[in-house]
Amino acid sequence: MNAWQSLLNGFGVNCMLFAVTLVLAVPLGLIITLGTMAKFKPLKWVMKTFVWIIRGTPLMLQLFVALYAPGLFGHPMSSRMTAALIALVINYAAYFSEIFRGGIESIPVGQYEAGQVLGLTKVQVFFKIVLFQVIKRITPAMGNEIITLVKDTALARVIGITEILMSASRFAASGVIWPLFASGLYFLAFTALLSALLSYAEKRLNYYQG
Amino acid sequence: MSILDVKNMHKSFGNTEVLNGVGFSMEQGEVISILGSSGSGKTTLLRCINFLERADEGQIYVEGNLVFDAAETKNRSAAQIRKAQLNFGMVFQQFNLFPQYSVLENITLAPKLLAKERGDFKSNKKEIFSEIEKNALELIDRVGLAEKVNNYPCELSGGQQQRVSIARALALNPKILLFDEPTSALDPELTGEILKVIRALADQNMTMIIVTHEIGFAKNVSDRIIFMDRGVVAEEGSPEDVIDHPKNERTKEFLSLVDRK
Ligand SMILES: Nc1ncnc2c1ncn2[C@@H]1O[C@H](COP(=O)(O)OP(=O)(O)OP(=O)(O)O)[C@@H](O)[C@H]1O
Ligand SMILES: [Mg+2]
Repeated sequence: MNAWQSLLNGFGVNCMLFAVTLVLAVPLGLIITLGTMAKFKPLKWVMKTFVWIIRGTPLMLQLFVALYAPGLFGHPMSSRMTAALIALVINYAAYFSEIFRGGIESIPVGQYEAGQVLGLTKVQVFFKIVLFQVIKRITPAMGNEIITLVKDTALARVIGITEILMSASRFAASGVIWPLFASGLYFLAFTALLSALLSYAEKRLNYYQG
Repeated sequence: MSILDVKNMHKSFGNTEVLNGVGFSMEQGEVISILGSSGSGKTTLLRCINFLERADEGQIYVEGNLVFDAAETKNRSAAQIRKAQLNFGMVFQQFNLFPQYSVLENITLAPKLLAKERGDFKSNKKEIFSEIEKNALELIDRVGLAEKVNNYPCELSGGQQQRVSIARALALNPKILLFDEPTSALDPELTGEILKVIRALADQNMTMIIVTHEIGFAKNVSDRIIFMDRGVVAEEGSPEDVIDHPKNERTKEFLSLVDRK
């Protein structure tokens, strides 16, 4: 198999990890946000501790834990891919949840009160007034995380996933160095595309200030 | 029958007693200004009246119907509170317009959402919405912003934003309009345009409670002045009595310290 082809196959794995993580980490992050903002103190405390642990330890370690920890409880992880996805989704959900929380807390209380005195329900206030403002405020921070996620998918190789860097380093081990550099081009192209999409979104959201 | 009866309102935040038995009633079409030094509980009173805060003690009647009673052991449902809340319109010191919506959308948002609860909404959606928009455009015209219909709040001056927020409150046809220092966040040269709008509303017989530090305006627009001090009504009466011939020591002191222009 030629090197370009095997790099492309590897990058397909990175893209899959990226897409699945993004799609699952956003809703999970929202759930975690609700937990960390809960009025019920024990739930809030548990969720905050959870976020602290995930954000305070290396993603690489979390990948190992996702792969090996189930085995300690008598249920060995059957699929490395599942382990990689679990670690990535949980890790990114924790980071996203902090961004969501910051965004929600940055909306002035007057916005909620104005909605309330106009007879809107709590649900209407959130979906019709607050949510859009939160999205606008968190788009730059989410953009940064999303770009970082593209690159973090390469970490999956530490638990034996054949993603692009793994493929490239196999060539390097046999003395062919260039695929290693070529793999960087894939990342650059993908992040350039995402950056363009994100700055388009930011521009669209900038029709008002504040 | 009075349009509003507020009885014996008490409210504390922690150990601070902010309202200490405030009560008053008002008639349809009456304009009351509430004066008082900073921290005397004016904002808290307005917020208790329209359910942004829950009073610890007291009752509120609108047109003779009990809409709030602190002594009720069973909490009223969110829907009941919303319904009672709609008797009142509120204009905030900081405007609190929705930044992502245009002037027109700010005004039509709540009426359109409320219309969904109407029985005939599904069959008449188009007519209902165009009626709401027509009404909103009239209100925008009334507050003098006809050429700003499609602008966003960030593109307006403070005075224009406050006029939008008055139109937004009026769009729901409240029985009573509450103002909490509607000109305090504005540059002095912009306060006039707001006062003019309020003056026009008074001339159209709108029932209003205005918390303000604009003594001259209060005197000019109000049927009655309530002077609050430390959570109670210290003095109330006609503008001439309270502002020109105050009897209460605290009122005298307050008036001597403020600019009476
Ligand atoms: N949510 C709150 N929590 C704690 N204390 C509060 C709260 N809201 C108001 N207070 C206190 O209640 C007192 C009265 O406040 P309020 O805002 O009603 O006064 P005010 O008459 O409107 O004053 P101003 O003229 O400055 O607007 C103040 O001492 C204030 O610190
Ligand atoms: Mg106040």
